[in-house]
Amino acid sequence: MSDPVHPTEAVPPIQIHDMTIAYHKKPVLWDVDLDVPEGVLVGIIGPNGAGKSTMIKAVMDLIPKASGWVKIYDRPYDQMRSAIGYVPQRESVDWDFPVNALDVVLMGRYGHVGWLRRPSSEDRRIAAESLEKVGMAEFAQRQISQLSGGQQQRVFLARALAQDARIYMMDEPFAGVDAATERAIIDILIELRSQGKTILVVHHDLQTVTAYFDWVIMLNMRVVAAGPTNEVFTDENLQKTYGGRLTVLSQAAQAMADHRRGN
Amino acid sequence: MLDNALRFLSLADANVRFVLLGSLLIGATGGMLGSFAVLRRRSLLGDALAHAALPGVALAYLATGSKSLPVLLFGATVAGVLGVLLIQFITQYTRVKADSAIGIVLSVFFGIGIVLLTHIQRAGGGNQSGLDKFLFGQAASMVGDDLRVMTVLTAVIIVAVLALYKEFKALIFDAGFLSTLGFSARKVDAMLMGLIVLTVMVGLQAVGVVLIAAMLITPAVAARFWSERLGTMVVISTAFGGVSGVVGTFVSSLAPRIPTGPVMVLVATLFFVVSALCAPSRGMLARWRRHRHNAERERRHHFLRAFIELSNKESRNTLPASSLAVELGWKVSRVERLGRKLARQGYAQRSDGLWYLTDAGVEEGIFIVKSHRLWEHYLYYRSILDADHVDRPADEVEHLLTPEIIADLEQILAEERGIDPDEVVNIHGTLSHYRRGGRE
Repeated sequence: MSDPVHPTEAVPPIQIHDMTIAYHKKPVLWDVDLDVPEGVLVGIIGPNGAGKSTMIKAVMDLIPKASGWVKIYDRPYDQMRSAIGYVPQRESVDWDFPVNALDVVLMGRYGHVGWLRRPSSEDRRIAAESLEKVGMAEFAQRQISQLSGGQQQRVFLARALAQDARIYMMDEPFAGVDAATERAIIDILIELRSQGKTILVVHHDLQTVTAYFDWVIMLNMRVVAAGPTNEVFTDENLQKTYGGRLTVLSQAAQAMADHRRGN
Repeated sequence: MLDNALRFLSLADANVRFVLLGSLLIGATGGMLGSFAVLRRRSLLGDALAHAALPGVALAYLATGSKSLPVLLFGATVAGVLGVLLIQFITQYTRVKADSAIGIVLSVFFGIGIVLLTHIQRAGGGNQSGLDKFLFGQAASMVGDDLRVMTVLTAVIIVAVLALYKEFKALIFDAGFLSTLGFSARKVDAMLMGLIVLTVMVGLQAVGVVLIAAMLITPAVAARFWSERLGTMVVISTAFGGVSGVVGTFVSSLAPRIPTGPVMVLVATLFFVVSALCAPSRGMLARWRRHRHNAERERRHHFLRAFIELSNKESRNTLPASSLAVELGWKVSRVERLGRKLARQGYAQRSDGLWYLTDAGVEEGIFIVKSHRLWEHYLYYRSILDADHVDRPADEVEHLLTPEIIADLEQILAEERGIDPDEVVNIHGTLSHYRRGGRE
């Protein structure tokens, strides 16, 4: 495939069809229809509450879908779990948990290890290598609460690298990190893309969108626009994405929640 | 009492051996599972589970008339699990929060249990009085058959924990991530909960429903103070629990009618108190020592910086405590006191009523003056603060700057402002240079 941004016939790594997500019966993401092409670095942007994290969590079955389906390389997600590596938000875990950095990265190998078995020395080698890739080799034995925010984020990235996946989902990997960590992370993302991997990144900083991503998904409770950055990252689409709430959708969602609650 | 102790320690009595082994198993399994329960924030759920088991014990007796342990524990398990499910139902389908739901279910089940026990006590003859040992525990009531049941349950628990260790670890740290790996987090969680149930059941007879949760919580919390790795924590917690079990049983055997549960819990609590106080790094004493060390270093830095600034200003290397006191804004007596302390530590000396710095004092003092001034420059030139605002923040941060940060600052200021690091100019305008080296 010479031009990954405009694929012609290959099976897309991620197909999302008519996916709607609701929290407590209140829809937060409506009718997502999306084919993500292979080998692109995708930024998912939109205001707070737009459904960015919700979308990637729903793709990975971490939250239930109210409707629609997702296919990974044309197969159900359940058969393709090992194809997806995941970097959750850093705040989603308790960093005072008694493990060191290497232990956390080793968890990325558990999917390959399987139930009841112990990680092999090969798994350990891959984990150590992943830590080294993110520049954290010297912190392998460091208790995770003693790492800085940027270092913790690198550990999460290393854990995803250890998964050795074809698709990566990252939830705000740049949130609250120092400039050096941001640079290190983006270098790794670019390297992953050069290996033909597909990477979806929930992103907040609009300044860097054109520099980092060759594809962009603009969300505000629905997909406002999705496609190659130079085509869809326009003032008009930004206005549609960030220019106030989509009032009709929010009101409809609220009405549905009220109705189900019996008000 | 002495006779009791000797009889106990000699292990001659088979019953004593049973009781001792039993309490070892109870304490150890409690400590082991407790590590996972505490880290998973399931301590209170374990307490609710134990209390909710009481009516199960009474109903199992009423239904079968049997007092054999497996029958009673079966009833206890059914009632306990029912209680936990009820808590989950309430939190999921009502707006009642988890702590309230736990409180409600725990007291209702426990209340029903007490009513049933009282009823059994009144209705029957003397032989059913054995049931009230399930309240506060009676290790001495364990017989060979009971021990066989407990040993089997303990073996199941240990094997399961060893097999599922990796799954439990990942579940507790990041359940969402675990499920993206293809493990059902719900199943792993259910298995952990199941093991907690088994652990509670193993200890029910000897420790009692009221206090068994403490044998889950206390050794684990104590062990966390000593370890930064889950594996080590589990081992230490298991050891704490096992020792608490044995010592508790021994103490309660010294006199008749001392219930075992409370004594075991007291011993475990002793481990907790000692750990919370004395553990390296996480313990209170260590934290207090660190705090005191930092405060001391801060005072020393203030003294040394004031000394060097003043000796530059006045171009002399010996200073009276009175001028230092003015420079520092301290009382003279405080300056003298700190000076004597610094003299003992080799930073300063006094001769003929005047203070001067030793080489060590000059070296650290110059470093701290430099840190302070570099930081002032940095704050000023990066326009974060005005010139007359930078002193206080620099005061706070100078103690924390490491040589690496200093080097970075020097580089930034040299590149951006052309400031020679060896001649850092005082930002307030007085062109005072400090001299390297010791006394003149």
